[in-house]
Amino acid sequence: MTRDEIQAAVLRLLGAIAPEADLSRLDPRANLREELDIDSMDFLNLMVAVRKQLGVEVSEKDYAQVATLAGCVEYVAARLPVG
Amino acid sequence: MADFLMPKFGGDMAAGTLVAWRKRPGDALKRGDILAEVETDKGTIDVEVFTAGVLEEQLAKPGDRVAVGAPMARIREAGEPVAATTTPAPVPMPQPQLTPAAPVVPAPAVPAAEALERLRVSPSARQRARELGVDLTRVQGTGRGGAITREDIERAAATPPPAPADRAARMRASIAAAMSKSKREIPHYYLATTIDLHTATAWLAERNQTRPVEDRLLVGVLFVKAVALALKRVPELNALWAEGKAVPSADVHVGVAVALRGGGLIAPALRHADQRGLDELMRDFRDLVQRTRTGGLRASELTDPTVTVTSLGDQGVEVVYGIVNPPQTAIVGFGKVVERPWVVDGQVVARPVVTATLSADHRVTDGHRGGVFLAAVDRLLQEPDKL
Repeated sequence: MTRDEIQAAVLRLLGAIAPEADLSRLDPRANLREELDIDSMDFLNLMVAVRKQLGVEVSEKDYAQVATLAGCVEYVAARLPVG
Repeated sequence: MADFLMPKFGGDMAAGTLVAWRKRPGDALKRGDILAEVETDKGTIDVEVFTAGVLEEQLAKPGDRVAVGAPMARIREAGEPVAATTTPAPVPMPQPQLTPAAPVVPAPAVPAAEALERLRVSPSARQRARELGVDLTRVQGTGRGGAITREDIERAAATPPPAPADRAARMRASIAAAMSKSKREIPHYYLATTIDLHTATAWLAERNQTRPVEDRLLVGVLFVKAVALALKRVPELNALWAEGKAVPSADVHVGVAVALRGGGLIAPALRHADQRGLDELMRDFRDLVQRTRTGGLRASELTDPTVTVTSLGDQGVEVVYGIVNPPQTAIVGFGKVVERPWVVDGQVVARPVVTATLSADHRVTDGHRGGVFLAAVDRLLQEPDKL
């Protein structure tokens, strides 16, 4: 997957969690929790969805690295299963 | 014969609209089966039956607006002989039964004749409403005496459904009514304590590190479990206020305040929270939040909680001063887990701490017992592996 494809996939997952949000205006560097009013449960569900849909498990100690859309895309891109 | 009554999902609820039956007359019923879907200000709720037997008769139709406490169906209880003839509505309005073992929200004593607020709808209009999926309670009748006609249905079908803003407004009104009632009638007392979460957060981090993401716990589930166990130790708080007195609950069903996207909140119960392990409780918690936000809550989840846990830590709030949700008798608030100076063995160290608050009904408990309760929550959180 390219970075654009990963970003599109993550945005789809975010859309399921925050359906009312206008994700086309989401600043990739903005904190997702603050920008989309995501709580701990939503964030956990996002992490579960990332693992299920993209095959990347985000360790709890790495949560700070995936706090933004850009960070999430980078994290997934670096760990995406080959093939 | 037992009556299946319209339950009350909140202190201010007067009626609900039957959306659909899930069982047909003649179907066998066991405790916990979903019998009907009911639309309320809290969304569409699955209503369970707690009488085993056979569905004898449906007394309401989809689209009917039914008063709280009014019979919606009749159930032939297990072992009861088949009735020679079935008797149509109206049936006598049963008085609410409040027992320590099974507290329920009391139904108002309304005359049976007034209980079923049937809409005036012609058979062809009712049929057309079914075909077009129109909610009859949302249709303004223009026929004789305000009766809903086939034309009214078709006009309604061509009109966009109520905007989410309408539902949000109704929920806002519902919350306003419940909270106003609470502030008007419940003499609150407020307590707060700061709890050292050093052990709990370290235990949680270590545990989550070795688990797949689906199996990770949130600190919030530790709070809920600690509250549930503390309620066992201070059972006076585990009660509903009904008909001028506290009715204790034998079971521990902890409500959890869930904010809805777009505004409003619902506080359904994690049932038997004291008896569930943390893994199971976390799974139930995730499922409950999901269903609260997308639909599929069960009636018992709205009527059973005696105490609600509300947490605003995700929003950066450090202290929550809650308002009791009647007929519950207390609300426990948790703020954000923050690093603060803490004295350990005479040394000042940085510790993660949380402020836990109790807002409680002074008619039911005194500050002393409330303090004992918060102290129990604190002690329980010091031994997370035993939760």
